[in-house]
Amino acid sequence: MSQQEALTPPPTVESFYKFVAEGKLMAVKCKKCGKIIAPPRPVCDGCLSRDLEWVQLKGEGELVTFTIIHVPPVQFASMAPYTVAVVKMDEGPKLPGIVKGVTQPDQLKIGMRMKVVFEPAPQQQTWPQWPRYYFEPA
Amino acid sequence: MISMSGKPLAAIVSAGLSKFGRREGLYGRELFLEAAGEAFDRCPNLDPRRDIKGVFVGHMGESYEHQGHTGPTISDWLGLTPTQGFRFESACASSSAALRCAVMAIASGLLDIVLVGGVEKMTHRTTPEVTEYLAMASDFPFEQWHGLTFPGLFALMATAHMHKYGTTEEQLAMVAVKNHKNASMNPKAQFQKVITLEDALKSRVIAWPLKLFDCSPITDGASCAILVKPELAKKFTDTPIYIIGSGGATDRLGVYARDDITSLLSAKVASQEAYKMAGVEPKDIDVAEVHDCFTIAEVILYEDLGFCPKGYGGKFIEEGQTHIGGKIPVNTSGGLKAKGHPVGATGVAQVYEIYLQLTGQAGPRQVSGAEIALTHNMGGSGASAFVHIYRRGD
Repeated sequence: MSQQEALTPPPTVESFYKFVAEGKLMAVKCKKCGKIIAPPRPVCDGCLSRDLEWVQLKGEGELVTFTIIHVPPVQFASMAPYTVAVVKMDEGPKLPGIVKGVTQPDQLKIGMRMKVVFEPAPQQQTWPQWPRYYFEPA
Repeated sequence: MISMSGKPLAAIVSAGLSKFGRREGLYGRELFLEAAGEAFDRCPNLDPRRDIKGVFVGHMGESYEHQGHTGPTISDWLGLTPTQGFRFESACASSSAALRCAVMAIASGLLDIVLVGGVEKMTHRTTPEVTEYLAMASDFPFEQWHGLTFPGLFALMATAHMHKYGTTEEQLAMVAVKNHKNASMNPKAQFQKVITLEDALKSRVIAWPLKLFDCSPITDGASCAILVKPELAKKFTDTPIYIIGSGGATDRLGVYARDDITSLLSAKVASQEAYKMAGVEPKDIDVAEVHDCFTIAEVILYEDLGFCPKGYGGKFIEEGQTHIGGKIPVNTSGGLKAKGHPVGATGVAQVYEIYLQLTGQAGPRQVSGAEIALTHNMGGSGASAFVHIYRRGD
């Protein structure tokens, strides 16, 4: 493995959500094979290179699949029913996220355009202190 | 990978299963003794203290009973101290991980007789608690953090499968109807009543498009099997079951990260390894127990285990091909769906059903003349899977 400059901030879950707090959806790009990876990780899952750089995603993509959660985990009880989708971002990576304002299946269609939206998150005292990104139909 | 083309890797000479369901007042280790007791009773030539060289136990979560270190715990409660004991964790595939490693231990020659099993005691916890503990098998920072539950993860697969292949909610419900019917013939199953297609379709939505009857229940239970090296099998029984194929594989932890959300890669890869090792093809399988944690999983598994072409799973159940009497009966025990799903016990509970089927002891749900069988057990949303293939040994 060749010597590489350490990426700052490190390509971690924690860094990803710090960027989300700033209203940015960030991925890492492999400098060897060019693959764009989100969520970020310290090793390229295409070619195993550790030579990576941060890139910002435009925040637009296509709906791959979705579900409407009627029986939620305790922490999400006040939101139910709510929709969670998988969106394939235009740069390649797929991400899951809650779709704002959708509670009926006929409000969505697989293949439709989607965009990322950010909302200020209430400050939490305990781990994890991660803000969420959301999706909505574009 | 060793290619043995049907050569026995290990022999199952006995098996036991606790009653599945709500087992109030019992601790997991006590439930395990119920399963092990049956396995010992069925095998009078086995002297547990003299013969058993290892205790391999599948157990997913220490949260349920505030109890980890399950290997020595079970060895102790079996009265086998100081016999080595191990806990295996691969979420809902924990006891199939134990089984595969027991096969490896025996095939390597290191151990000649291994007790393998699994246990989970779940129903004393509230449904939200169980939901939280089970969710730990999924991707916390992206799936759990964005509100996905286990029904939700399989619902993502269902929505995609319905869109791509035209699979219907009715076809999914047919899996539930079949498995409840099979469970009604299995006295150890959690559910003993048949259901109608209408019951399933009218049940409340859990994670659209999946409804209550698309989901497996919360269950207490334990399972056990005695594995020996093939040369020793006839010392213990006239009717051994030989394990002739064993496969294991993984998939991306997050469902969102997978190339094809309508397919279970780990099932494909693990089954191809097992088929090759066993020297058999999907058409040779007479009876199978597969991981129907949700109805959509069974439909996808028909395809990825090679029982039918990709995309044909919905039609396959609709045609009745997986009913007892059909082309390939699947989940004759009632499956996870209706027999119940005490997660750590499920893999070896599948083995128990195959043991009954291949020794002709499955009663009203017997598949006549069954000789070759398959089990498929997956962890979480399919990030791990183990497939085993069995041959009747008499």
